[in-house]
Amino acid sequence: MCGIVGIIHKNAGKDVNIGEQMTSMLQALKHRGPDSTGYAMYGEDNGNQILRFKVAEAADLEGSYDIHATIKERLETVNSRLTELGVKVVNKQSPTEYAHRYEVEFSGDMKKVADFVEDVEGVEILSIGNSLELIKDLGDASVVSHQYGLNDFSGTHGIGHTRMATESDVDIRSAHPYWAYPFSDVAVVHNGQLTNYWTNRRALERSGHRFSSDCDSELIAVYLADRMSQGDDLETAMKGSIDYLDGVFTYLVATKDQLGMAKDVMAAKPMVVYEGEDMIALASEEVAIRTLFDHRIETFDPYHGEVKVWQN
Amino acid sequence: MAELRKETSQEMGLHEEQLKGRTQKKFFSIDESENLTYFHSFDVDTSKSATIDALDMTPREINREIRELMEKGIGDITVDNPMSRHGVGVGILNRLNLTFSDSLGYFGCGLIDGPNVHIKGRVGWSCAENMMAGTVVIDKNAGSTFGAAIRGGDLVCKGSVGARTGIDQKGGTIIVGGKTGAFSGFMMQRGRMIVLGDAGMNLGDSMYDGTIYVGGEVEELGVDCVQGDMTELDVRYLTEKLALYGMKSPRGVEKMQKHVSGKMLWNYANLEPNEKKLIL
Repeated sequence: MCGIVGIIHKNAGKDVNIGEQMTSMLQALKHRGPDSTGYAMYGEDNGNQILRFKVAEAADLEGSYDIHATIKERLETVNSRLTELGVKVVNKQSPTEYAHRYEVEFSGDMKKVADFVEDVEGVEILSIGNSLELIKDLGDASVVSHQYGLNDFSGTHGIGHTRMATESDVDIRSAHPYWAYPFSDVAVVHNGQLTNYWTNRRALERSGHRFSSDCDSELIAVYLADRMSQGDDLETAMKGSIDYLDGVFTYLVATKDQLGMAKDVMAAKPMVVYEGEDMIALASEEVAIRTLFDHRIETFDPYHGEVKVWQN
Repeated sequence: MAELRKETSQEMGLHEEQLKGRTQKKFFSIDESENLTYFHSFDVDTSKSATIDALDMTPREINREIRELMEKGIGDITVDNPMSRHGVGVGILNRLNLTFSDSLGYFGCGLIDGPNVHIKGRVGWSCAENMMAGTVVIDKNAGSTFGAAIRGGDLVCKGSVGARTGIDQKGGTIIVGGKTGAFSGFMMQRGRMIVLGDAGMNLGDSMYDGTIYVGGEVEELGVDCVQGDMTELDVRYLTEKLALYGMKSPRGVEKMQKHVSGKMLWNYANLEPNEKKLIL
């Protein structure tokens, strides 16, 4: 059934520990999906691009004798390709053997970078952005946050997901959030099932979009990317998705300075919203939002076919 | 149980053999005393009070604590800090004054038969599902499938509720102070629903009995749901019922719209009362 959360702080600068807040909310929703946990969080923009990518699946480490050599080889190929394109890596972090975070200086076409890097077998770009950091891995929120050191992450907003796999495999590739390739700083999490996934996927692929997984939720990210590439703002694109997507869904989308929510016309998937003066928090269940407060709060359910967008 | 006409019930495809009440005889024999009371139903004294601080308790621990207090005869229980937990206050089968000082999560107060519950906050999905009797009053908003399949009692939300309110409602009364979402009253079979605000699309879709009153705008009626005529009896009923909970229709009950089934379930109108019970 999956659980999704979102949080956005208004007028709070970039110094809020949203990593800890997101972990707290996601851990409260562990019962909705123990397979994997993902974060898309928005931190300080220092002018550089943040490149999050993986060179293997977590499960690959146990499935092959020469995987360590393969990972090393893939990483070297990625590095050489970045150099070839003139991308200057100013900071490298490797939370795991297979997941990497590069801070890069580059003013050229990041889509070209993404395509060239993803051309390396087994390599997948998780996100590119000035402030977006997209992290996802197997396990619950406490495992992933500890593994990637997320409990100290400062920023303004974020979205997250706990996954119960129904439509595709239990792996990082199928975990949420999804980056809305090729748009910097756009990410999506989804709870539900889309029944016109393959039809719409084929149409989007024919128009040049790329899908990195077989997970139906990725369609939302690609659709929004397609609409925004044609000039729609986020809210307009999201409103269009209500008719475009068939099935049951509640999804959250985040950009550099916005957080949006959309719900299908059947209102078949839950969402609870807390709207305070300084903070908006959303979750599949109120129990997740309550972990942020030690006092009573006012919450509500959005309605069928409703789209809401908040600005930080 | 009255003997059913073989041909009617069998033609409906409900069963293959003629029903003669054997099930009822087996499970509700007057000679077997345990069949006359509910399992885990207690005699309580509402003048005896107790408070539970649920801050660090699991839902199971909260429910067990409520039961143990009822076993001791305590009839007025307050639960502090429920922290929006799921499945709390369920399966209470006797009179009890139960107060939650804050919000509940999903499936709160489900499967109850008799208690008077006051929730001083919000409730998540499926509040009071399958409620048989008693009252549940929520001060704030409620999630979807509010009062699913209730058979009796009064379920009151003073705020707004989500989608599919009263889905499969089989009796009792659901009152909503604000608006209600899509597919409210879906497959409603009996009872009353009173919505003082607006109602979302497909109101009363596939309903085949029961009444839905709406004080605001109806986005769209569902299949088989039609507008009925408000009578003096409706106005009197609504006035008195709402007064019980200190509620009023913003435009006056006389201006509320009444909605009923426009088309009975196949052969439903021709059924004997006992046969209807079999369906419901």
